[in-house]
Parts: sequence; structure tokens; C-alpha cells
Amino acid sequence: MSVPQEHDYIGLSEENKASDKILSSEIETKNVLNLKETELRLGLPGSESPERKSGNGVSLFWKDEGNNGFSQSPLKNFVSGAKRDFSDAIKGSGKWALSINGGSEGDLEKNDGLFSPRGYKGNNTLPEKEIPPVKPVEEKKIESGNNTPANKAQVVGWPPIRSFRKNTLATNSPKNSDVTAKSGSRCLYVKVSMDGAPYLRKIDLKTYRSYMELSSALEKMFSCFTIGQYGEGFAGKERLSESHIMDLLHGSEYVLTYEDKDGDWMLVGDVPWEMFTDSCKRLRIMKGSDAIGLAPRTMQKCKSQK
Amino acid sequence: MAYSFPEEVLEHVFSFLSSDKDRNAVSLVCKSWYEIERWSRRRIFIGNCYAVSPEIMIRRFPEVRAVEIKGKPHFADFNLVPEGWGAYVRPWIRAMSAAYPFLEEIKLKRMVVTDECLELIARSFKNFEVLVLSSCDGFTTAGLASIAANCRNLRELDLGESEVEDLSGHWLSHFPDNCTSLVSLNMSCLGSEVSFSALERLVARCPNLRTLRLNRAVPLEKLSNLLHHAPQLVELGTGAYSAEIRSDIFSSLAEAFSVCKQLKGLSGLWDVVPAYLPAVYSVCSGITSLNLSYATIQSPDLVKLVSQCQNLQRLWVLDYIEDTGLEALAASCKDLEELRVFPSDPFGAEPNVSLTEQGLVSVSEGCPRLQSVLYFCRQMSNAALITIARNRPKMIRFRLCIIDPQAPDHLTHEPLDTGFGAIVENCKELRRLSMTGLLTDRVFEYIGTHAKKLEMLSIAFAGNSDLGLHHVLSGCESLRKLEIRDCPFGDEALLANAAKLETMRSLWMSSCSVTFGACKLLGRRMPSLNVEVMDERGPPDSRPESCPVEKLYVYRTVAGRRVDMTGFVWTMDEDAATARL
Repeated sequence: MSVPQEHDYIGLSEENKASDKILSSEIETKNVLNLKETELRLGLPGSESPERKSGNGVSLFWKDEGNNGFSQSPLKNFVSGAKRDFSDAIKGSGKWALSINGGSEGDLEKNDGLFSPRGYKGNNTLPEKEIPPVKPVEEKKIESGNNTPANKAQVVGWPPIRSFRKNTLATNSPKNSDVTAKSGSRCLYVKVSMDGAPYLRKIDLKTYRSYMELSSALEKMFSCFTIGQYGEGFAGKERLSESHIMDLLHGSEYVLTYEDKDGDWMLVGDVPWEMFTDSCKRLRIMKGSDAIGLAPRTMQKCKSQK
Repeated sequence: MAYSFPEEVLEHVFSFLSSDKDRNAVSLVCKSWYEIERWSRRRIFIGNCYAVSPEIMIRRFPEVRAVEIKGKPHFADFNLVPEGWGAYVRPWIRAMSAAYPFLEEIKLKRMVVTDECLELIARSFKNFEVLVLSSCDGFTTAGLASIAANCRNLRELDLGESEVEDLSGHWLSHFPDNCTSLVSLNMSCLGSEVSFSALERLVARCPNLRTLRLNRAVPLEKLSNLLHHAPQLVELGTGAYSAEIRSDIFSSLAEAFSVCKQLKGLSGLWDVVPAYLPAVYSVCSGITSLNLSYATIQSPDLVKLVSQCQNLQRLWVLDYIEDTGLEALAASCKDLEELRVFPSDPFGAEPNVSLTEQGLVSVSEGCPRLQSVLYFCRQMSNAALITIARNRPKMIRFRLCIIDPQAPDHLTHEPLDTGFGAIVENCKELRRLSMTGLLTDRVFEYIGTHAKKLEMLSIAFAGNSDLGLHHVLSGCESLRKLEIRDCPFGDEALLANAAKLETMRSLWMSSCSVTFGACKLLGRRMPSLNVEVMDERGPPDSRPESCPVEKLYVYRTVAGRRVDMTGFVWTMDEDAATARL
């Protein structure tokens, strides 16, 4: 096959700038090189999200490296009462993203996720004779050995296996000695609803290894609702600050609860993580005031289950 | 010239046309043929529930007896479409309950069905016979009870892999004692145990029962009872295939199977205890379809079973079969047409079984009729793909999933462009292709050049630039469905090929680089397309126009923009830059 030649019908050139005849003037001249503006970020619209920003940019659901700064506060919002404050329990870096950022070639500006879109830059287009650098791939191979199975499952919807099959594999009894149901290999989708939110979400509990990870993921997922509630009145360009959002969440006293195998609603955080994932069927972020009365039962229930 | 046949004659002629394509062609000949055809069409297939409205369907085709509708995009199977996106069947059921009182069949895929819908179906259609719900959700077993209780002539109830809120197994007991019409029952997706005696009596009184797919909760010890009542079964899905190892259970099971001389399909087989597998050996020579994809048994046991099934045409299996097992398969099952190998441990960091590209190569060499492949593995090479392509030029469906989505050729470390290029170049009849691995724009050039019959293409983590997308959109003449995730495709190719999108059913792009501005432009320029942006960060106009959207779903429609969208979906159209209900 001949090397793909540069063609003009879509106005692509070596420089590949967005201002060509195809695009109308309605589209702002896209600065393809400006990665920051176009990358998918989880922060608030236009905000710099200082606590969440990383050098390489982050895609949804991925946590930056070494970004422990903000991880403390959201937990308070999901767990009511001083008794269940997880901030003390947080240790170490919340590093559960696939750590592949090192070694990416500067001009490819690969995100730290292997699974982020590549090639924003024009000079990646043609002629694409050379293969994308092998280095990042090899690095990934080396790194992957350090990642626990739970990390691999973090790309949403990958590998492409239907939930029915995933859940069936997860509940296969580990009879066969060669076939062990490793905790990292299971997958468990549960629905998460939030009081007042217009729709619910589904998450895979097995992609998290601790309450901290779960909590921060949920906080990210549902922060858009809180913004929505209070953001409607804002002019399009006004920005809410990070801390403002934290205040809103904190002020509303949301509490994270779950429905267990027996159909009872319990507060999240009382039992060891493994026990929680084994028994959790559904999650609900409810208003703190509604959660009163859940607390005492959980302790008793745990005791009776022993 | 008045040399035309009387209408009745034409109608009779048209009654032999079953294919939609033929009927659509007939409708275009002249006005009177259009009229005759539309009154005589009995079956409707709607590939995208938002491409047309119930009102339009009913207005054109007043005498429909069977409807098949598909809803959510395919990537919904992998949780890429958030809950609440849409695909509600309710407006369809409501409209049809008034307009089609004689409706007999409803088949739905990836749609949201509520108990209310099921009750409405049960009440509205006196001749209702067939309900197939594939990968649907939103209903409970209470809805099933309504169907069981009220549909006097129910022939087929197939729940596919739907997500049913399982309140209890009591629904099955709602089949009245005088219900004897069942031909097919598939309840394999349900968790709760049904009353076994109710099940047994139901099976016993339905002499035409051909397909019975049990759920996992039906115990193996009782399977032989059911088989004795239904020796005419053609397809059986067992429950959990495990029990205490006892010779009496084994012998009654073996004896029960030996009586099922018509059995062609076997599935279920959860929790298999290998000692019980020989009970099915007597039927193996007749088996053409075998679904072992939940059977967590090792290669030797798998091989023993599979090598007895010389007439096997379709095999779904876990990767426990390994390369050695696939070699044995290739040696014994010369009629094999479809192979699907699923991963037993997809999230593990290291391979847990010895299944590589070699297994697929062996099957491609040994099975001359192989035409449909779904293969999960952890490594691939261009050489293997080229060999497979040359061995099987009649391949129709080829879906390869490498667990690491950007894995290069494991021997040469090059991209897998040439391998997939060989597939599309050799397999001229290829209709469906899913690719993974390290792939550059080059592979898309091959696809655009050669894949002229390709109807559905799935791409993930591939390509370098818009040129890749452009090759596909401009070259693949038969393309109907294109789904893309995590690729660096942006605005240029999409806008340059906007007209192509009108010839396709749908385009899905998520985590790519298509900007909000481009989506707006596309929506404005192409009124026959619905350009839907999904973004859970909030309204797209609260971010710069150059900001990429999270998810884009574009589909052609004659029904205009939909009005049932939830809070994270926006349609780009002429009326407003963003319009949302």
C-alpha cells in the first residue's frame, strides 16, 4: 500500500489548521494545538480546577496522580456524623489510575490514560508512515504488572462485555480449583441514585478498592446535579468555584447509603470494604435528614451476621 | 395503458414478498402499487425507534400483525449510554393498542419496557402470540405475570438477556391451566426460583414446546422430569448444571436426554460439574448449536464434549478451551460456521489461560464454513490475521477484541493495520467488523478501499487523525452503523461527509474530538438528521464551542427531534443552537 498522500478534499494539510473552506465561520477557529481547552475534563465549566488539574489532563472518571488534596472533603458529605469520618482513614495516594503518563512523547501530549484520545495535534495526521511510538506501549506493559486487576477495569465499558455476562461470571461459584473468583476479576454493576437528581447512574463496584475511591468517584459523578440546581440562575459565563461546590454539598448534608442483600438500607462505611461489595445491591445518596435511624441497626446487623 | 391486474391479484402476488427490501421496492413502482402494498404489509422492522414515529407507521401501514423495534445504540450494552437516555416503548404500545387490535407479535431490542407496557400488551391484543424482549430493561416479574395470565394464545415468551427486576418466581404460576400453546419459553435471565411444579405442569401440557431455556435456579436433579414431559424439544437451556455426584441422578439424566431425539441446541450450563457432562453425549451428534459460554470447565472436559458434536455449526465458549481445545474443535467440527470465545477473566492483569491468536488460526484452517467470529484474546499478530483472511475469504462477521485495546502485533510490535487490511481485502462479503489493537489511519484506508459490503463497523482507541474517519465515511458504500469510542477523530471528516450520514442508520462517537461547534453546524445543515449530544458535565453551551462533546449520536429520522430526552441529552437543530425539553 502506498503511503497515504495528503489530499485536499477535506482541507487537511501538513499543518492541519481548522480554518479551511469546509468549516463555516460559525465555528471558532479551532486551535488544535491548544490541548487544554479541548481536553475532556471533569472540572467545572471553564474553571481551572486547581485541585484536579494535572499536567497531562484527565479524562472523566480518572483521578489525577498525587491528587489527594481534595479527596478529604467529599467524604464528609457522604458520611454523616463524626463517627464515620473517613478523612482519617485516607492514607497514601489515591492512585488508581493506570499510571502511564511517564514517557509519553511531549508532542503527542498523551494523557495519562492510555485510553484517551490521541493525536489532537495536526502534525500527527499525515503521512502516517511511522507507527506511533512503541515506548509508551512498552511502558504500559511494564507498568501493568504493578497494577492490580481492579485498575484495568476502570475504562468504562472495556472490555466490551455485556453486564449480564459480567455479572454471571462474577457470581460463578469458585468450585473449580483452577478457576478462582479473584476479587479483581469480578464485576458488579449497581445502580446509584441521588435524591433530587433527574436520573440515576450505574457503576461497577469492583473498579474501586476502598470507600475513599468510591466516594470520590460518586462525588464527581453527581456534582453536576448540584451544579445544576444552583447553576441555572447563573449567567453562562459565570463560574462556580470548587470550594463553593464543596460548600453546597457539605451544606446539604448528603449521605451515602446502600441496600444490602436482605433489602435493608444501611449507611455506607461501617463494614469492611470486601463485605460491603459482597452485599451491596444498590446505592442511594440521600439527604442526611432522611438517614437518621439507619445508624444503630448496622452495628446490630453486623453482629447478628457473624 | 390499462393492462393492469386487478388489485386482488396484485395483493396475492405481494403476499409472497416477505423481505422489506422487496416490499419497499414494490412501493415505489406507482401509486396504486404503493397503496396495495401498504395495506398488505404485515411485518414491520424498525431499526431505530427514533427514526420514525408510531403515528407515521400506523398511518402508512394499517394492517400490521408483527412489529420489531430496536432502541438504544449498541454501545449501551457496555454501559456507555447513561440510564434514562430514552428508547421508551410506551408510546409505541399505546399507539398500537388503539390501531392494531389484531397485533400478534412484538419484538424489542434495547428498549425500556415498563410493567405498565406489559399490562397494556396483555389487555389490548386478543390474538397476541409472540413477545421477545432482547436486552431490554425497566420491567419486573409482575409485568410478566400479566402476560402469562392474559395472553391466551401465547406461543413465544423470550426474555433474552433483559434486566428484569426479579421480585419473585411467582409469575410463572400465572399461566392458566388451559394454556397449551407455548412453543418457546426463555427465562434464562431471571434469578428467582419458579415453582417447579407449576413449571412442570406447564411444560407437560404444551405439546408444541420446542424451545425451553430455564434459569439458573432450576436444579439439575429435576431436569430429567422436564425432559420426560418434553422429548420433542429442539432447544434446551439447562439450569445450573451441578448437583451432588450421584449415580441415580446421572442415570436418570442420561436416560432423559437419550429420549430427546430432536435436540439441536444446548445452552445454559452454568456451574458445570464435569462428571455430569457425559449425560448429554447421546444427543451430541445432533447438536448444531452449543452455548458453553457460562461453563467454567477446563479444556479437556470441553474438548471431550465438543469433539462428539460433529454436526456443530455454532459454538459459544469461554477461553478455557485454549488453543489446544480449538485445534481439537477444528479437527472434529467441520461444519462450524460461528465461533464466539469469551474471556473468563477479562479484568485480570495477566492471562489466566493459554489462548492466543493460534487458536483462531487453527479454526480458520480446519473449518471451511467458518463465517462468523467473535474472539476475545490477549495477543494478536498481523501474520495470524493475514492467515485467517486467506483461509476464510467468505467471512461475514469478524469481531476481534484484544483485552488491551492498543496492543500491537506481539511479534513485530507494529500496528495491526496490515492484518485487518488483509481481512477486508480478502473477505469481500464482510458485513460486520470490530477491531482492536494498535491501529493507525492506514487501516482505515484499507477499510475504505476494500470493505464495500461492510454494514457495521466498531472502532475503539484507534487511528491518528480525521483522515481515518474520512476514509471510512467516504469509502464504505454499504455502511449503515458506525460506532466509535476514544479515537482522535474530530470535526473535519464528520462535516465533510455529512451527507453520508443520511444514508446510514446511525453514528455513535464517544470520547472523540468532535467539538460542540461542529455538532451545532451539523445539526443545522442536516435537517433530516437528529444530532444528539450527550454530556453529563452540563449544557454544552456552558463551555466553549471548541470543547469536545462527550458523546455524539447522529441518526437519520423522519420523525423530527425527539421530545423525551432527559437532562443530559441535547439535540442540535435549526431552531436553537441547543434545544432541549
